Amino acid sequence: MDIFLQQIINGLVVGSIYALIALGYTMVYGIMQLINFAHGEIVMIGAMVTITCINLLIGAGVNLPGPLLLLAGLLMAIPISMLLGFTIERVAYRPLRRAPRLAPLITAIGVSIVLQQVAMLIWGRNYRPFPQILPTTVHDFFGAAVTDLQIAIVILSLVLMAGLFWLIEKTRLGRAMRATAQNPEVAGLMGVNINTVISMTFIIGSSLGAVAGVMVAANYDQAHAYMGFMIGLKAFTAAVLGGIGNIGGAVVGGLLLGIIESLGSGYLGDLTGGFLGSHYKDIFAFVVLIGVLVFRPSGLLGERVAERA
Amino acid sequence: MQSKKQIIAFAALAVVLAILPWAITGGFENGKSWLRAVDFALLYIMLALGLNIVVGFAGLLDLGYIAFYAVGAYSFALLNSPHLAHVLPAWLMNPPLLVMLLIAACVAGVFGVLLGTPTLKLRGDYLAIVTLGFGEIIRIFLNNLDRPVNITNGPQGINNIAKVNIAGYDLGRPIEWFGIVFDTVHLYYYLILAFCCLIIFVTLRLQRSRIGRAWVAIREDEIAANAMGINTRNVKLLAFAMGASFGGVSGALFASFQGFVSPESFVLMESIMVLCMVVLGGMGHIPGVILGAILVSITPEILRDVINPLQSAVFGKRLFDPENLRMLIFGLAMITIMLLRPEGLWPSKRRAREFHEHDEEAKA
Repeated sequence: MDIFLQQIINGLVVGSIYALIALGYTMVYGIMQLINFAHGEIVMIGAMVTITCINLLIGAGVNLPGPLLLLAGLLMAIPISMLLGFTIERVAYRPLRRAPRLAPLITAIGVSIVLQQVAMLIWGRNYRPFPQILPTTVHDFFGAAVTDLQIAIVILSLVLMAGLFWLIEKTRLGRAMRATAQNPEVAGLMGVNINTVISMTFIIGSSLGAVAGVMVAANYDQAHAYMGFMIGLKAFTAAVLGGIGNIGGAVVGGLLLGIIESLGSGYLGDLTGGFLGSHYKDIFAFVVLIGVLVFRPSGLLGERVAERA
Repeated sequence: MQSKKQIIAFAALAVVLAILPWAITGGFENGKSWLRAVDFALLYIMLALGLNIVVGFAGLLDLGYIAFYAVGAYSFALLNSPHLAHVLPAWLMNPPLLVMLLIAACVAGVFGVLLGTPTLKLRGDYLAIVTLGFGEIIRIFLNNLDRPVNITNGPQGINNIAKVNIAGYDLGRPIEWFGIVFDTVHLYYYLILAFCCLIIFVTLRLQRSRIGRAWVAIREDEIAANAMGINTRNVKLLAFAMGASFGGVSGALFASFQGFVSPESFVLMESIMVLCMVVLGGMGHIPGVILGAILVSITPEILRDVINPLQSAVFGKRLFDPENLRMLIFGLAMITIMLLRPEGLWPSKRRAREFHEHDEEAKA
């Protein structure tokens, strides 16, 4: 039982990170119907900037408690990611807004390659260890081990998600975003500045991505110039699982994918008599995805969109 | 049917293609590696044409296309290497080339239908992510099927794949004809070129056939196509199977040319690259796709040679890692081309016209 609980907890931690990143994908998709392939790279850059910043502070002899150092790193990484997200949209997507859908997809891949290579030019090819600044106390939770970090990740993600929900449901900007997602032309006629809304969407998504990147790095104790690709892929899968374009769907999809993966890697070996081991956990995620989409082609929470002629 | 001009142009092209490997090996210092790059470009043309059927003609976004290349490559590898020779029956091993390619095409085609069947209802990006997942599933299986029973030899891949043997000639050894020595790279150039031409011919004919028109109809409007009496399910499955079988043939040739296969050659990035070839060249337009395939596969190779002299000229010394810098330039080029020509470098007239319509709409 405690192993089961442990896997659920691990899954929740990873899942809430997936959910944060998936929100970035799904927000952009909801408004522009674009797969922002470069989002994973923003996550990576958020992690790398934070690590560099913390190391610089430690190197300069700043003697602060760990969480404050981390906060300083985040305060550096979030604006950089925001600026990056804003610039990417401006340079690579905005000119192609009227182009067919595959054109911005290709520029997105191009941006992703460029960011990856720039990151490798700056930070090199090696793994960057996450500095050991956070307390590593382990709590006992009904027989499962939980660290402070894991608790912090889950709570912070929940707070950020709640904040995003509030922003989208209650503020003026959120209303403008929902209007743009429904119909950009009509929203424009109603006085919504679509360009601002889209820029803001990228900025918000990127800042969530940067925070998620730091969480990934802290959770796995390392960061790498290539990490954005895989984590982005998983998060995008999560967004599709929940129903892309749907904010709640991204959260549900992210948490579900995290838990499925974690349970899959924990029990797959036992279930199949050792035939399929934990190295098949990625398959598990994709098989579940395909299974869900076969029965619900627009994701778990996605609306059934009427086919447009 | 064809004018005299066309025939002359065609003959000139044939001569150029026939002489090309000798010009490359004779004209450059490391000509053989350049010729290898050209051989790979030919393989990529086949791949891009196969994907073009799925994405360009039928309008189904496939992000896991490299899986079919992998399936073709591994079917060739398993039947033509000592790896499984003691398990498989002897009559199955080392089949003649045409039989082997047929097997590869069929196996890949079956996988294409396997992917197509559950995804018939999906559209757009949902389809994209499922195909992507399918590609990853195939790769992960290839990576891990070395236990409990060793089928794919895991991450190490399969070595010692036999070269193609045609009419008693082993393409793995230099052959002398009329006093000219044909090396393996030369021989494979002609072999791959032949199949490449075959595939170009087949795609051209397909495009103008009933099936080709049905694909385009589905791409433009699936409901209307259905109403016009097209069996959209079968036609879509056929697009998947056809595209996959091209990938399978290309993969089989790749396995024999390279001599070894490993899961590393079939990562998601490769699928994306093939998609880039199709879109950058001009989706649905065969000459455009060929151009895209050549550009995307050769440019990084050229950059590899150019990058260091360029760096020394600009900065006076090697400032950056050339490998990163060349991919960086490649990525920037991709973005620039798409921004300047979102319809692709060489689109079909019809598509170019559609774009103009848009321009006028924007002005009005």
